[in-house]
Amino acid sequence: MSNKNRIYWVYWIVLTVGMTGYLIMQLTGEDKTVYLPGKTSHGHYQIEMACSACHTDPLGGGEVLQDACMGCHGEELERADDSHPKSKFTNPRNADRVAKLDARKCITCHTEHREEITLEMGVSLPNDFCFKCHEDVAENRPSHVGMEFNTCASAGCHNFHDNRGLYEDFLAKHLDEPAYLKKASVKPLSAGKAYELINSYPVAAYPIKSLTINDADTPADVRNDPKVMQDWLASSHSKAGVNCTACHMQSSAETKEKIWKEKPGYQVCESCHESQVKGFLASRHGMRLAQDLSAMTPGQARLDMKKNAHDRELSCTSCHGSHQFDKKHAAVDGCLACHDDKHSNQYKQSKHFTLWHKEVTGQAEANTGVSCATCHLPRKQSRHENGTFVSSEHNQNDNLRPNEKMLRSVCMQCHGLEFSIDSLADRKLIEKNFSSKPDVHIKSLDLVRQRKDLKKDIEGM
Amino acid sequence: MKHKILLLISSMIGSAVLLSACGGSETKSGGVSPQVMADSLFSVMEADRTVYTKLIIGRLAKEEKVIKASEHWKDEKALVLPAQMFRYGAERVAEKGAPFSYSLLSLWPVNKQNKPKTEIEKKGLNFIAENPGKNFYAEEELGGTRYFTAVYPDVGVASACVSCHNKHKDSPRTDFKIGEVMGGVVIRIPL
Repeated sequence: MSNKNRIYWVYWIVLTVGMTGYLIMQLTGEDKTVYLPGKTSHGHYQIEMACSACHTDPLGGGEVLQDACMGCHGEELERADDSHPKSKFTNPRNADRVAKLDARKCITCHTEHREEITLEMGVSLPNDFCFKCHEDVAENRPSHVGMEFNTCASAGCHNFHDNRGLYEDFLAKHLDEPAYLKKASVKPLSAGKAYELINSYPVAAYPIKSLTINDADTPADVRNDPKVMQDWLASSHSKAGVNCTACHMQSSAETKEKIWKEKPGYQVCESCHESQVKGFLASRHGMRLAQDLSAMTPGQARLDMKKNAHDRELSCTSCHGSHQFDKKHAAVDGCLACHDDKHSNQYKQSKHFTLWHKEVTGQAEANTGVSCATCHLPRKQSRHENGTFVSSEHNQNDNLRPNEKMLRSVCMQCHGLEFSIDSLADRKLIEKNFSSKPDVHIKSLDLVRQRKDLKKDIEGM
Repeated sequence: MKHKILLLISSMIGSAVLLSACGGSETKSGGVSPQVMADSLFSVMEADRTVYTKLIIGRLAKEEKVIKASEHWKDEKALVLPAQMFRYGAERVAEKGAPFSYSLLSLWPVNKQNKPKTEIEKKGLNFIAENPGKNFYAEEELGGTRYFTAVYPDVGVASACVSCHNKHKDSPRTDFKIGEVMGGVVIRIPL
């Protein structure tokens, strides 16, 4: 071997060893940017450093990815009465359709790390894909003659997965409703009933009774901050008997002995507020924590956030405060402390805020105001072994995309269906935070109206 | 070298013969034919479907009128329609990864996705409509797999079936009568 060749070999070996070492370091560290095949979508970028959240098996193929998708989104799809579940496509009679569009797998339509082809809702297909199975729709729906296939889902008429507020009979049932309903309010929260619903609630240690400052059970070596005491006394915790040690005395990971924890994490809240924490961990606020990554900060967000909030780490107490747990504060000020986009900044000029202001100042009945949380953390009724209860959905992204998901759980609590559909389709109106009537009109209800009239004509013949 | 190749080929042929012999003996020792399998599956499906239609829908929704049955059963807090009950069962079977599949189709479907699509489905549904009481059996290839496909008549067994289909806004037929073939159950078993 010549000297020159020997030098090339040495270069090659050093380069290979160096590169391998670098890649291994990247793989084991938190920053795995080097492994990203492309920019991650809006929905997943927060957890892109937790590769194993989706790529659960390095040797696994599409099936493994599918399991990962369903692990996070399966429950939501079930709740949405998914119009196109996998089971609709596994029947061999649909083999020709699957060959054109394999709708059995999420990644067929939602390819990740491909920003250049990713559209709204994380869809990475041209948006006329409905054509592949519904090309003959106009044969049975003369009203659809001439409609472009890229308007099925973009015109406010249909969604691929969630059509709970858009199906024809639902539209027919809510035809001609006024823009503003007479009864306009949301369900009251089942507040303070956690102990009734949780069988494991330690009622012997923390009996349900209103506590005073003399009852505070802070250990002797912990200083009682007067502001903290004041906040706690004003909170629903002190009124329900939840004393200081209920949250602050936690088992040590090493010795299992109960020790005072200055700043307990979300796991403590979870022991009584399980559904709220579940929602939080599924949301853009908590999804990083759910993957054991560091907490989300507004500085990492792709939306506009206030500069002075960039380094705040998001947890339950970011919105609720660490001792006052004031729901009214969390419902508006908690959001506006960070969010700095047009929609958020217009809120206080909206009619929704006027109603909220009236409610919090006692000029209007409870549950008639519209805060950020009214729409983005809507009330939901859940069944529990000890009864039903109304809580707030803490996954504030649950109803955001497509926004027609808001129709039933939010808008229609106060507005007619047609007004609601039109408003949600009007992007400028959304930016203005619904400060006027919609300028956009979606024709789906007109089509239902025409079809009803046509049926009446035929029946009358 | 030639020797080795000959040896390899002869051993492969030998293995193939041996394996095919094993397969043959398995069938003889207790396997059922696809048709018997499909007929058996259909007898269970038809029995469950009739029981649900008569004892649940016919009794509670039509006669006693204690609860409604509705296509939008969740929103209306109502009973699931018999056709939906059947389809949900089929979807659940598919979710569990069973090797066979079944569907409820019709020449006059309320939902147009349930009209016949493959040539065998078209032939089969026409056959059972024109030959009451008879089943249709065939083989077809779909997505690169060969299937034994059986089509069985789905008969309107109660007034609830015919009245609902006759007045549904999306039904292409409005003159169904009790006892008539309204559609067909298609069962496919991979061969």
